[in-house]
Amino acid sequence: MRTTTLEAAVATIPDGASLMIGGFMAVGTPERLMDELVRQRKRDLTVIANDTARPGAGIGKLVTAKLVRKAIVSHIGTNPETQQKMLAGEMDVELIPQGTLIERIRAAGYGLGGILTSTGIGTVVEEGKRKIEVDGREYLLELPLKADFALIQAFLADYLGNLTYVLTARNFNPVIAMAATTVIVDAEHVVPVGMISPDHVMTPAPLVDYLIARP
Amino acid sequence: MDAQTIIAKRIAHELRDGMLVNLGIGIPTQVANYVPPGIHIFFQSENGLIGTAPVPEEGMVQARLTDAGGMPVGAIPGACTFDSAMSFGLIRGGHVDLTVLGGLQIDVQGRLANWMIPGKMVPGMGGAMDLVSGAKRVVVAMQHSAKGKSKVVKCCTLPFTSARAVDMVVTELAVITFHGGRATLTETAPGVSVQQVLAATEAELVVPPHVPQMQL
Repeated sequence: MRTTTLEAAVATIPDGASLMIGGFMAVGTPERLMDELVRQRKRDLTVIANDTARPGAGIGKLVTAKLVRKAIVSHIGTNPETQQKMLAGEMDVELIPQGTLIERIRAAGYGLGGILTSTGIGTVVEEGKRKIEVDGREYLLELPLKADFALIQAFLADYLGNLTYVLTARNFNPVIAMAATTVIVDAEHVVPVGMISPDHVMTPAPLVDYLIARP
Repeated sequence: MDAQTIIAKRIAHELRDGMLVNLGIGIPTQVANYVPPGIHIFFQSENGLIGTAPVPEEGMVQARLTDAGGMPVGAIPGACTFDSAMSFGLIRGGHVDLTVLGGLQIDVQGRLANWMIPGKMVPGMGGAMDLVSGAKRVVVAMQHSAKGKSKVVKCCTLPFTSARAVDMVVTELAVITFHGGRATLTETAPGVSVQQVLAATEAELVVPPHVPQMQL
């Protein structure tokens, strides 16, 4: 793990990169990283996240700034700009059931070749997918989903990179920390090693590549 | 009593002490206002919380304690938070005793469509498909008709949320259950006759000899 500046961390992200971004309706989304992505005018990003929040918040900022080529999400209903751009053909949107989305990310991070779920059977979600029967019940095979970068909002980070999250800001964050090649973390508080009890660490330090220094 | 209140109050009678319950947005959320006295319900919010409480008073809002719509909520003593994988493990794994969801259409076998209107509204399914596939019991809260057209239909024209039949739909006119793949009229709302329900419903309903009135 290396500490770095906000500017330098975002500079490591090339145009066309795939980003997993923590947050649920912008709660638990690293806002400073969103602002810096916009400032550095990244292009053609693929965003993998729960939703695209709303204009002016979280991933909504990336949508407004036209940085996103493709969004792989479970919900866009709260962001009319995403819907407009999708209908106008300016942005691809792949909708995935929320539980399947997080499990596909988890599968990638945990070294699994896929997951079997009954969610989506008998709906448009099953189109083009393999069905596998186990003990008389039918499941869809859903494949792992990984990304070049995970952008994470933590509550506490210690100097080694051990992380905790707070309340409902946890959501996708600890799961995407397992599934990306490079993990960039912004934390509300950076604290000395030992201040987070071993039992309370939610993301172990070795998963973190960059921790952004507080100003 | 308005339609939404009738629906929410009737569904509240399905709550039992100790249940883990997930409420969707819209009418389902209102069910939490009518929990019978003396019982404890664990309300789950799929963004990662069990133990939601009403919105705190002004000045006491915690921006990182929110509901599935991203709006601030409170938490009761004994609440707990977790990540999205566990949240949907609870849902898909059959640990949620009851989910209450809104609906756009429901067919005669109890199959629900509630996540998109092709060409018009594509919000995404969010957690709805997992909830209908995985919760132990699924109750749909919706108005009986939209723009004069029955939402309880012979065949859904909108895309399904799940192939699994829901257990029950509660409208401002009736309670309809779906045991054995058949839509059965099990209760009528106060002041509503069986004939009125049948006239307002596109799907064919099985009508038992005695149809009791909804208790609210």
